[in-house]
Amino acid sequence: MKRVLAPLILVAVLLGGWEIACRILAVPSYLLPTPSAIWSAFLASWPLLLGSAWATLSTALLALVIASLVACALALAVSLNNLLEDAVRPIAVTLQVTPLVAIAPLVTIWAGIDHPERAVIGLAAVVAFFPIFSGALTGLKAVDPDLARLFDLYGASPLQRLIRLRLPSAVPALLEGHKVAAGLAVIGAVVAEFVAGSGGAQGLAWRILEAYNRLQTAKVFAALLTLAVLGVILHTAMEWLERRLLDSWRGR
Amino acid sequence: MTSTIASLAGVEVDYARGRALGPVDLALAPGEIVALVGPSGCGKSTALRLLAGLEAPTRGQATRAAGRGETSVVFQAPTLAPWLSARDNVALPLELAGAATAEARAAADEALRKVGLGGALTVRPAQLSGGMAMRASLARALVTRPRLLLLDEPFAALDEITRRALADDVLALAAELTPAVVFVTHNVEEAVYMARRVVVMTPGPGRIAGEIAIDGPVVRPPGFRVTEAFRAAAETVSALLARATERAA
Repeated sequence: MKRVLAPLILVAVLLGGWEIACRILAVPSYLLPTPSAIWSAFLASWPLLLGSAWATLSTALLALVIASLVACALALAVSLNNLLEDAVRPIAVTLQVTPLVAIAPLVTIWAGIDHPERAVIGLAAVVAFFPIFSGALTGLKAVDPDLARLFDLYGASPLQRLIRLRLPSAVPALLEGHKVAAGLAVIGAVVAEFVAGSGGAQGLAWRILEAYNRLQTAKVFAALLTLAVLGVILHTAMEWLERRLLDSWRGR
Repeated sequence: MTSTIASLAGVEVDYARGRALGPVDLALAPGEIVALVGPSGCGKSTALRLLAGLEAPTRGQATRAAGRGETSVVFQAPTLAPWLSARDNVALPLELAGAATAEARAAADEALRKVGLGGALTVRPAQLSGGMAMRASLARALVTRPRLLLLDEPFAALDEITRRALADDVLALAAELTPAVVFVTHNVEEAVYMARRVVVMTPGPGRIAGEIAIDGPVVRPPGFRVTEAFRAAAETVSALLARATERAA
């Protein structure tokens, strides 16, 4: 109970301090709106914000699914062939260390100027790809060496080894990779919306840009608040899902 | 020797850091129970892997009359697949060899009952205690009715009471199924209790320092540990081990 209460009290104190400081110092609202003004802005536009949150979330989830399919297939292919792994890994790492915003213009061009939503999905998928690929590859190799020896002793075929040993052994690392990727997909979707930034994509990033262009700082904060809540909900959901699946994997 | 189930002849193993084992000569008769005793790092486990055919010697020959499906290994850790129930873990060797699922499961259930896990057939390894997991591992090794059973310090991670109970169970099962057994341990008393023949190894690179025959039935009678014969044999093995270690130092 105390552990739940402590952060709530801290937030309340910080918000109170912020409200009072803004009023006493008469800070202009375009610079730093008061929490109460942000709350009013949120109440005034919550249906729109919720719609945008859904747009961002569905984009991120779709990107996650695409990234998952591609990353798992590639990791599987690579894990079966060491030469292929040596060939693919540096490319995957290069892709991962290249900033998303830097490749965004290219992807936007390829997706077609008329389809910014495709560019956003593609970019979010690029960010989500690496943790899943890396997790899947680590997992496929994280086989208990003694268990592998037993499979040798039992004369298991390569296919039996893959299906009955390597794939099930990969589950924990695979789940971890998807959890990390889900968070990154949302960040990727928001960043991509900023860069692709046109009216076609109606995500939360667009709400922030729109309010920013009109100097409606309270609305910027309201959109940020929605984004933060979305992130927390997604993180909690993925954590719960990971735990549930992991528990059923090892039978608790 | 008239027949051997497995043997090492002039076997040496080199690793990148140097000689790990040998030269070693060792022959196993069918149904024989042999304990391999030696200090840590003397190559006991390497010798076991050679006998299992999991590793090839650098020089010399490791031969087995027992075929692939007739050799079983139990490692120091239970080495169970966490995603499979006890039953499916034990059925695994049979299924990999091509047995039908129903048939493999029936055999697994029987093997688990034999090691006293008849009540934990559908339980996952995470819910088994250390001793129970080791029993499941033993059931998996026995389900194929091996002619050669190799045990690599199987009780090292268990408490004294559990390891004594398991030692008696292994001996009872060995008496029933009559595989040749090689039991690797660094515990002198355990070796003397388990084996009819104790082979003492020198510190790495391991060679055979000597052998002691232990009399008595395979299944040890109650109170065997306090008999004069047991104490004397344990003393002889300890002395041999101490001399071997001293010479190497």
